[in-house]
Amino acid sequence: MSFFNFLNRRTSAPVARERLQILLAHERGIVGGQPDLVATLREEILAVIAKHMAVERDNVQVKMDRGASVSTLEVDIEIPTPDSVVRPAA
Amino acid sequence: MAKVLVVTSGKGGVGKTTSTAALGAALAQCGQNVVVVDFDVGLRNLDLVMGAERRVVFDLINVVQGDAKLSQALIRDKRLDKLSLLPASQTRDKDNLTDEGIARVISELRERFDWIICDSPAGIERGATLAMRHADVAVVVTNPEVSSVRDSDRIIGLLDSKTEKAEKGERVEKHLLLTRYDPVRAERGEMLKKEDVLEILSIPLLGIIPESAEVVRASNVGAPVTLNNPNSAAGRAYLDAARRLNGDAVVTPEKRGLFSKLFTRRAA
Ligand SMILES: Nc1ncnc2c1ncn2[C@@H]1O[C@H](COP(=O)(O)OP(=O)(O)OP(=O)(O)O)[C@@H](O)[C@H]1O
Ligand SMILES: [Mg+2]
Repeated sequence: MSFFNFLNRRTSAPVARERLQILLAHERGIVGGQPDLVATLREEILAVIAKHMAVERDNVQVKMDRGASVSTLEVDIEIPTPDSVVRPAA
Repeated sequence: MAKVLVVTSGKGGVGKTTSTAALGAALAQCGQNVVVVDFDVGLRNLDLVMGAERRVVFDLINVVQGDAKLSQALIRDKRLDKLSLLPASQTRDKDNLTDEGIARVISELRERFDWIICDSPAGIERGATLAMRHADVAVVVTNPEVSSVRDSDRIIGLLDSKTEKAEKGERVEKHLLLTRYDPVRAERGEMLKKEDVLEILSIPLLGIIPESAEVVRASNVGAPVTLNNPNSAAGRAYLDAARRLNGDAVVTPEKRGLFSKLFTRRAA
């Protein structure tokens, strides 16, 4: 973790890029006349997943990328693996 | 056919006025008949960057309101006779610019010039939307930095919705001009790379203008950098960008990677 932080401190541009991609996905919905489409999608996706498993809100990312001819919707859901669930000590 | 080009950005201070002067001069250097129009009412600077600040008599508002003829307000450049300037008013408010008045002035300019280059004020308010209103082509000036990229994205949205072309269901041709770029810092990961900005904004690249003392020197003496120092890196980058706007194929061998990107994006 500290090594990762060290790398990150030296190269902040990838962080900038990632933050922009997420932010602009939201803002494009607003400008394009569909009030926060990405936010709506994210809420509904969260609701569907919550029926079947427990996920952290922050671990669901929805990203819309605008292209010249097609746009893409990227859904990234991080789910807990059974191992990471804290079990009582034997 | 005359083309109306808007130089816009959303964010202030990224290099719109500098780029308007340099692209205008460069297109005139290529033999095109060019007028640069300052839409930054109340904060005019294009006259200063072009070295014409002491020659301003009438301005855009005078022409829009019918107090002066277009020919009285146009200032012909002393170095390039194919380059003219239509200055903004320094004292009057932009509320004096009516939609109909602007439409009339633009259509008169279309009859006289090959290129009408509009220097937009910063922001996304009426001043900026008026400047882009009649555009056929837009140059979106962006610095490799988060707030500039975000604002450019906003402006791209406006170009696709608030322009005359957009309202007719047509498209304004959009180009990215990345300015104040420092390749060394980008390579070190301290600054967004051209690839990052291109991928995020996904409009074709017109050129990359390096961060350069030559640009500042040129505005200090009141000459577009393409005239003051055409062989500087910034001067050459603006000249190449102008040739590309003009539809000439420009391939610089050491930058081939960059241009193949430009072309694949066009084709996409
Ligand atoms: N490539 C460059 N290298 C170094 N300095 C630059 C470069 N481009 C622009 N500048 C400087 O940045 C400052 C702002 O430029 P400019 O006035 O063209 O921006 P602008 O977008 O028109 O600003 P505004 O939004 O206030 O109208 C000026 O001092 C200019 O000299
Ligand atoms: Mg300006």
